Amino acid sequence: MKKTFWAGSIALLLGLLASQTAFAEGGAVADKFKWLTFLVFGLIIGMTMYVTYRAAKQTSSAADFYAAGRSVTGIQNGWAIAGDYLSAASFLGIAGLISLYGYDGFMYSVGWLVAYITVLLVIAEPCRNIGKYTLGDILAFRNNPKASKVVAAISTVTVSTFYLTAQMVGGGVLVKTLIGIDYEVSVIAVGILMLTYVVFGGMKATTWVQIIKAILLVTASILLVVFTWGQYGFSFPGFLQAAVDNPDIQKQVAKLIGDAATNMTPAELGQRFLEPGLYLKSPIDQISLGMALVLGTAGMPHILMRFFTVPTAQDARTSVIWAMAIIGGFYVLTLFLGLGAAMNVTPNAIMALDKGGNMAAPLLAQFVGGGADSYLGNLFLAFVSAVAFATIVAVVAGLVLASASAMSHDLYVGVIRGEHATAKEQITAARVATVIVGALAIYVGIAAKGQNVAHLVALAFAVAASSNLPAVFLTLYWKKANTYGIVGGMLAGAGSAILLVMLSPNMTYPLAKLADAKKVLEGTPLVVAKEAAPAQWGFSCELFADAACKKEVKAAPEKPAVPGAKEKLAKAQADLATLTDDAAKAAKTKEIAGLEKSITAAEGDLKKFEGQTTSMMGLEKPWFMLKNPGLLSIPIGFLVTILLSLFTRDRRSDEMWDELYVRQNTGINAEGAQAH
Amino acid sequence: MSSNINWAAIDRDPRFQALHKRKTTFLWSLMAISTIYYFLLPIGAAYYPELFKIKVWGPMNVGILFALSEFIVAWTIAAIYARRANRDFDAMAAEIVRDSSLIK
Repeated sequence: MKKTFWAGSIALLLGLLASQTAFAEGGAVADKFKWLTFLVFGLIIGMTMYVTYRAAKQTSSAADFYAAGRSVTGIQNGWAIAGDYLSAASFLGIAGLISLYGYDGFMYSVGWLVAYITVLLVIAEPCRNIGKYTLGDILAFRNNPKASKVVAAISTVTVSTFYLTAQMVGGGVLVKTLIGIDYEVSVIAVGILMLTYVVFGGMKATTWVQIIKAILLVTASILLVVFTWGQYGFSFPGFLQAAVDNPDIQKQVAKLIGDAATNMTPAELGQRFLEPGLYLKSPIDQISLGMALVLGTAGMPHILMRFFTVPTAQDARTSVIWAMAIIGGFYVLTLFLGLGAAMNVTPNAIMALDKGGNMAAPLLAQFVGGGADSYLGNLFLAFVSAVAFATIVAVVAGLVLASASAMSHDLYVGVIRGEHATAKEQITAARVATVIVGALAIYVGIAAKGQNVAHLVALAFAVAASSNLPAVFLTLYWKKANTYGIVGGMLAGAGSAILLVMLSPNMTYPLAKLADAKKVLEGTPLVVAKEAAPAQWGFSCELFADAACKKEVKAAPEKPAVPGAKEKLAKAQADLATLTDDAAKAAKTKEIAGLEKSITAAEGDLKKFEGQTTSMMGLEKPWFMLKNPGLLSIPIGFLVTILLSLFTRDRRSDEMWDELYVRQNTGINAEGAQAH
Repeated sequence: MSSNINWAAIDRDPRFQALHKRKTTFLWSLMAISTIYYFLLPIGAAYYPELFKIKVWGPMNVGILFALSEFIVAWTIAAIYARRANRDFDAMAAEIVRDSSLIK
């Protein structure tokens, strides 16, 4: 075991060295400073490797591998849950949203914290009391064990795969943007590193990697906030006033609201950044996402699994309280990170590196340290980037562990071997499943290169909320729930969430893409004056495409034609020839480069979608109008479970109710801690 | 151990019934409060933007205060639950666990 571990580590180091040769030009770090980035990455990876080595020595049984021997303390588990949750999507993503859209980004972060109330009140302690290693174990307590384990495994693997793909692609893009390593190389590095943690150290290593990462992440954020907020004497209104007065923020708001900005003073524009509506335009979609977050978090298999690692239900409670303190505190910090990045780095510079704003926090770190040409600035950048990288690796490790346990513990041991597997066989099965899932994750990460995967995170939460949560919740609290209801409800909930997303605006619609590309190239023609027309709009119009739905039209004057990129380019080139001033020339050249880039992109799209008219579902435009399916799929999941349970009979589900209900409330016969 | 335990009898035991009743009411009221308070934020931002724009302290407006209050409310609910569970529910459960093999 020990030998294989070190052989693996050496292979990994060689791989990382090799990746240095795969360095492409570019990234946020100048070549001169890249050794610094590698040093910090190396130190953090080295630390996690040491932890994995220690954990590997203590991982000998299935309970060690899946549940860290149930020896994690409440506080440790709280940090690990926070680590699991503060994935790159929330750490980089929310800071980025705030830096580009102000208030809406902050509002977006609230739901991620409130989600833990559900976890705390209804899920954590009962699951700890009756569960063993997986979601399947909870459902199998009173439902038909084989049927519920199969459907739980399917759901776990589905949810994990969606989330995993988003993380892998996000990680690949992040590393490429920051330091310029090839996308494929960084996906493989994430995969191998994660496999090393999980295969050798199981849940114990995964937990400690999460703890280390969460502590580093919180430390980095506090440092950044102290530096950025300190400039304003730690006055909150002073800090907000500085944001309102900032000309770059005012420019960003003007860009976002377009025509409406013409009659506003700079102070009003700045204040607008602190008001809702710049990013989240559809309230119903917002509520739908909120439902998926609040109910989905409690159904995420890698979060559920965390509650099996602590010795008692009381520790499960403590861990959620700590997790909420850390996660909530962190989101409050992101308000400062986001606004600080908007003021100091400027929204334009952030978007130049990444359109979604993901680079806001790393760039702020670089600025705080002294800028792109300073050692300290690049050291800070390297630190934040390494933490972000460790975040992705650790979250992927948790997800792979959750899927692998569903495959090995639920499917192989539970269903195929009918619970008759020796201890050694169990842990071997777990490791084999981990390698299979890990290899799959690397493959999916590379295959999905260049795809838009942002909606996959929301989809993972929606499936968890529509399938896992109703099943766990009704199994725990509703006497009449039974196998038929659980199995049917999980399939219906997951199926409807996935189907609705496939019919939603998240998919690629070639006609719209072609029209956009054409608009970029040719510009928009003159728009004739409009007369006011009343709306024909009902609630169903918010949800489904319907030709009868018409939004209210306000009277508007004629709008002149806007020239396209081609026309602008010709004009800019003509202008360039007449310019003599060097600064003006440089600005023009930059403008030309930008125009050429957008022309190439638009022409690429025209070619790519030429001749296509429908999405992969055969639709010309979306049929389901929300990006988040939770509003419909969550009620479907609950309803199908309830109806099927009411109209069928399952003796075991009835007979086991008393035992389940007493045990989930008291913890009698709960799986105990293992001494080492 | 488990063969000695009569689950149905514990379920009928008045002490367990008392635990069940107190826990149920308490949990569902907290859950309802937190859910309603949370959804007020996106609903308010979407349908009452004028309210969210009112400035209260320098550039700080109702919207920012309300979003910050969401954090406070979430933490408070967690703290109330933990206090109550640590003080009452754990003790009630512990008593049932101690007598579990005697309840027939």
